[in-house]
Amino acid sequence: MTETENNKILEVKNLSTYFYTDDGVVKAVDDVSFDLKKGETLGIVGETGCGKSVTALSILRLIPQPLGRIVAGEIIFEGRDLLKLGQKDLQNLRGNKISMIFQDPMTSLNPVYTVGNQVMESLIVHRKLKKDEARREGLKLLEMVGIPEFKRRFNNYPHEFSGGMRQRVMIAMAIANSPSILIADEPTTALDVTVQAQILELMDELKYKTNSSIIIITHDLGVVAKYANRVMVMYAGKPVEFSSVDNIFYKPAHPYTIGLMKSVTRLDEEKRGKLKPIEGLPPSLIDLPKFCIFRARCKYACDECKGEYPPLKEIEKDHFVSCYRGKEFMEGIIERFDN
Amino acid sequence: MFYFILRRILQIIPVIIGVTLILFTLMYIIPEDPAKLILEKGATPEALQNLRVKMGIDKPVYVQYWRYIKQLAKGDLGTSYRYRRSVNSILADHYPNSIKLALAAIIIEVIIGIFAGIVSAVKKFSFWDILVTISTTIAVCVPVYWLGMMLQVAFGLKLGWLPMSGMGDGSLRYYILPAITLASVSTAFVARMTRSTMLEVLSNDYITTAYAKGLSNNMVIGKHALKNALIPVVTLIGVDLGSLMGGAILTETVFNWPGVGRTIYLAILQRDAPVVIGGTIILVIIFVAMNLIVDIVYALLDPRIRYEKKEIQI
Repeated sequence: MTETENNKILEVKNLSTYFYTDDGVVKAVDDVSFDLKKGETLGIVGETGCGKSVTALSILRLIPQPLGRIVAGEIIFEGRDLLKLGQKDLQNLRGNKISMIFQDPMTSLNPVYTVGNQVMESLIVHRKLKKDEARREGLKLLEMVGIPEFKRRFNNYPHEFSGGMRQRVMIAMAIANSPSILIADEPTTALDVTVQAQILELMDELKYKTNSSIIIITHDLGVVAKYANRVMVMYAGKPVEFSSVDNIFYKPAHPYTIGLMKSVTRLDEEKRGKLKPIEGLPPSLIDLPKFCIFRARCKYACDECKGEYPPLKEIEKDHFVSCYRGKEFMEGIIERFDN
Repeated sequence: MFYFILRRILQIIPVIIGVTLILFTLMYIIPEDPAKLILEKGATPEALQNLRVKMGIDKPVYVQYWRYIKQLAKGDLGTSYRYRRSVNSILADHYPNSIKLALAAIIIEVIIGIFAGIVSAVKKFSFWDILVTISTTIAVCVPVYWLGMMLQVAFGLKLGWLPMSGMGDGSLRYYILPAITLASVSTAFVARMTRSTMLEVLSNDYITTAYAKGLSNNMVIGKHALKNALIPVVTLIGVDLGSLMGGAILTETVFNWPGVGRTIYLAILQRDAPVVIGGTIILVIIFVAMNLIVDIVYALLDPRIRYEKKEIQI
């Protein structure tokens, strides 16, 4: 085993999660592979419905039953395949070694229990703390995530907190047992812009304090640019490009990634004119084509693209793309930001 | 909270005035002379007139009503025409029996109803869910008096396991059949309601959070889901307790239970107005009190509707 492989804390291999609905099988996540290194922040980006949240939920096996099912793949963590864990082991893992923060803090906390009670719960379940010890630890956590007057707030109910404060509570719950991995599923989407920044700063700061890795799922490229080390771009349930944040922003090699970049508002480039949306709509996940899933919206499609789905290929070191013309895009042979 | 309760108690007063007004008018419309009911058939007109004066029913109805309200304010419900005893003492004899029966029924309702509801929600579409759905449908459809009689025939007459009617020495055996009969419909409603609120609650984000924290299935359902799911169920049970305590006319009649439902029923047949009105007033008070208790329990279960606290959000 090489040193870089040792550095991997989580490895997802060929993960497929399908939903069996009345209308057919929705391939929400189809053959997704990626890895997470120790101490890094991995961003998963893509538009709504591209399978990023399902990917995250699959890691902790929180896919809504009985509709959803993880049909294939391996998720290797600490030498074990999480998909093969028994219920008991899974419970020991969740909220302990791997924990998760959700999108909407307004609905993610139980309205009928105090925040203190909910924070203490993770401590009691995993660390087997006594109630007063858990209370002490819980107070420390609330202080750590920056809740003012945390002693008084400990006994408040979620409805007495604002959205940003609730998300801080969620973070306190998530880091309670110093997890190795923190999965944040659009942690700032439901928050005000100023609060978003605070929450992200907090997460970043805690990552260094607790020496954990973060998977951050977002559709906000700004968040990715600032906090992620590596980025996986997903489209229609598949990863289309996976590389360092610099590569993704400066040398995007997939037409979808390029399209995403062009549709972002930027302050630093004056003469860009109008935002350029990507033409068309993503395909239905029930009936995916055999060829490249982006072909229908891609104006650079060539004859080769009519063939099989392009596999994720390493076009330079640590830069993976699933496009036959990826190298051309990366090297700028095809004008990246043309009209 | 204190002012909330006080306000609710004061609200009982207009309710009682309304109820007595309606009952008084109704009993007054019925063309029956209480004096004739009390005296023997051959009573002379003078004797009847004397009695009317003595009872005060020779006066216009509003005078009678005013007198009744004044009495009521002192806690006096009047005197029964039929038994010539004070209504207070008649009701005091019978109310405890009804309350005991109602409590027995509520215990069945809460335990079986909620449990069945949880099982059928958690094991959705399983054998148990279908069993609960079918049996609750049957329980709702079957008329109460028919169910009561069938239970009497099966367990009383044929099997001889349980007493068929009455309260006997007041031991538990006498309660079983009437309590089951009384609880049947409500248990079905509680089960159905628990199932649907539970299913709704289980799809909430905070349930996913609870699982993501590493809680066991039992913890998630028993702690996080149940308390939320029970909020509407508590309302149903509370209102039901209020109506069970006085509304058990059918069950009490079928099982010859010496409760207040049967007493009011007999009083209606005998045109015993003071008993009917007095019994109903107590019923109304119990009903309103139950609603108040429901609201208080509600506030205990759901912190979002606690009445006094006003926190400033930060």
